[in-house]
Amino acid sequence: MKVLVAVKRVVDFNVKVRVKADQTGVELANVKMSMNPFDEIAVEEAVRMKEAGKATEIIAVSMGPAACQETIRTALAMGADRGILVQTDAELQPLAVAKLLKAIVAKENPQLVVLGKQAIDDDSNQTGQMLAALLGWPQGTFASKVALDGGKAAVTREVDGGLETVSLTLPCIVTTDLRLNEPRYASLPNIMKAKKKPIETIAPDALGVDVAPRLVTLRVEEPAKRKGGTKLPDIPTLIDKLRNEAKVL
Amino acid sequence: MTCLVVADHSNTDIRPSTFCAITAAKQIGGDIHVLVAGKGCAGAAQAAAKIAGVSKVKVADADAYAHSLAEPTANLIISIAAEYSHILSAATTTGKNVLPRVAALLDVAQLSDISAVKSADTFIRPIYAGNAMATVQSKDAKKVITVRTSTFDKAPATGGSAAVENVNAAADPGLSTFVGQELSKSERPELTSAKIVVSGGRGMGSGENFKIIEALADKLGAAVGASRAAVDAGYVPNDYQVGQTGKIVAPELYVAVGISGAIQHLAGMKDSKVIVAINRDPEAPIFQVADYGVVGDLFQLVPEMTKGLG
Ligand SMILES: Cc1cc2nc3c(=O)[nH]c(=O)nc-3n(C[C@H](O)[C@H](O)[C@H](O)COP(=O)(O)OP(=O)(O)OC[C@H]3O[C@@H](n4cnc5c(N)ncnc54)[C@H](O)[C@@H]3O)c2cc1C
Ligand SMILES: Nc1ncnc2c1ncn2[C@@H]1O[C@H](COP(=O)(O)O)[C@@H](O)[C@H]1O
Repeated sequence: MKVLVAVKRVVDFNVKVRVKADQTGVELANVKMSMNPFDEIAVEEAVRMKEAGKATEIIAVSMGPAACQETIRTALAMGADRGILVQTDAELQPLAVAKLLKAIVAKENPQLVVLGKQAIDDDSNQTGQMLAALLGWPQGTFASKVALDGGKAAVTREVDGGLETVSLTLPCIVTTDLRLNEPRYASLPNIMKAKKKPIETIAPDALGVDVAPRLVTLRVEEPAKRKGGTKLPDIPTLIDKLRNEAKVL
Repeated sequence: MTCLVVADHSNTDIRPSTFCAITAAKQIGGDIHVLVAGKGCAGAAQAAAKIAGVSKVKVADADAYAHSLAEPTANLIISIAAEYSHILSAATTTGKNVLPRVAALLDVAQLSDISAVKSADTFIRPIYAGNAMATVQSKDAKKVITVRTSTFDKAPATGGSAAVENVNAAADPGLSTFVGQELSKSERPELTSAKIVVSGGRGMGSGENFKIIEALADKLGAAVGASRAAVDAGYVPNDYQVGQTGKIVAPELYVAVGISGAIQHLAGMKDSKVIVAINRDPEAPIFQVADYGVVGDLFQLVPEMTKGLG
């Protein structure tokens, strides 16, 4: 069984981004970039499936500028077999990414596509669900456990009330949540080996996909600042302040 | 212009998050219809009909909708979508699961987790864990939107008398089945709609130690939340997680205990009216957003606070 994994290059989760002075976006120059953390979890899950003999080949796909090569290399170092880069400098929104992934699925015929539940830059939480819709496949979103058995995937999902398990007919889409696994660090020999693994580069046009954005960002601003920082000496003072100053008790 | 609000419900009642989505729909303008898709959901439909501002309730009562599975629910919404300019739901795990599927089937973008309505086509939404606020305009004919419930008030539960209309079930693709669920049981208020939230982090040290958080929460009539670290360590269930990738809360009072204040955690609680932090590290970033901070050992301070509240 082939497994496709979508890996996005995003601002590292440790970076606190700054809004640009001209309000057109956030400052990305000289900012550390990494693989979206949920996508590391997706790659890890696919690699474990291969190690368990359930998956035969893992293809890591990234879309965006040439630098996404690095993100794909990271996936290859973790254990993916080959990469596909859909290279473009254009802004890609989730619907466009889903359409590009659909075109790649048509070429590769995987039985499973694993994505992150959310990219930590746009915080959209859409792409996996959209891809499932476009393919007419079932979806197991926010997965904390995936069990493959025969032609089915049992996916345990993190939902607002707790956990829920659904059974999906393959082929299907899974999006990862934080508790699905703990991604490995790539070892040095595997990083070296990854350099020799193939990465195919394709243009969106070649996939016949119109990636024009549907949402226009008019402005990006700083959120309202909080005036915090007051420290109180003890609990009685805290209770007094909550009662008589903040009046929340 | 007519908005369709897809209800989050328990078959017998409408969940609080839906009332916030209805307020967002009111700000967009036009008529408001509510879709209740479920099994044995007449009670929820009746409750929806009473919500102020709702002019029509559409009910789809069928086995396929018993567990809000994304595939049949999305097809149902598509079957009635032609009537609507806007399709909204609260940004709950149900809404986040189903609505992007609807958007893709309609070939439109989705506006995720909006925190304000500027006009019928322009909205504000947080990006980068709420470190930036984007004003975005949709160029699509139909708008598919999930609503951040913490920034919209709840529409009044009474005052409306909407017509209730049945809709036929749409074809069920039969690709997914519900197997089971493990829901966290709690007598406490629900996290995202509670007036007071007390959250514990890695500093709690164990699930057993969460008892002191629960005792304080019970004294305050509060919900209990947690950081990701506390959930990952297995101290509390996953649905307690507050943050960028967990639940977004904005109560009157948020008490963060043994939580350092990582950006991902702040993203889920920094719009609370009053924030209290209890942490032994005076340099912990949580103090920068806390209205009131107390530096010290939580195992001493939290029980003292519970006792001091009388
Ligand atoms: C993709 C991604 C998504 C994430 N999503 C979320 C999210 O939604 N929500 C979230 O919370 N995090 C999230 N995180 C994790 C986040 O980055 C932090 O790791 C996490 O919030 C830390 O939790 P914490 O504050 O409990 O633990 P720590 O950072 O370890 O802090 C523990 C604190 O407890 C204090 N302490 C310890 N013992 C005591 C004591 N006896 N008395 C008083 N104080 C004490 C310490 O001084 C310290 O400040 C995410 C991370 C990633 C990469
Ligand atoms: N440009 C991209 N390249 C590769 N994968 C992507 C891209 N954008 C989104 N994805 C995938 O879709 C998931 C959800 O992203 P989003 O819907 O933007 O929150 C991510 O975790 C990735 O797995």
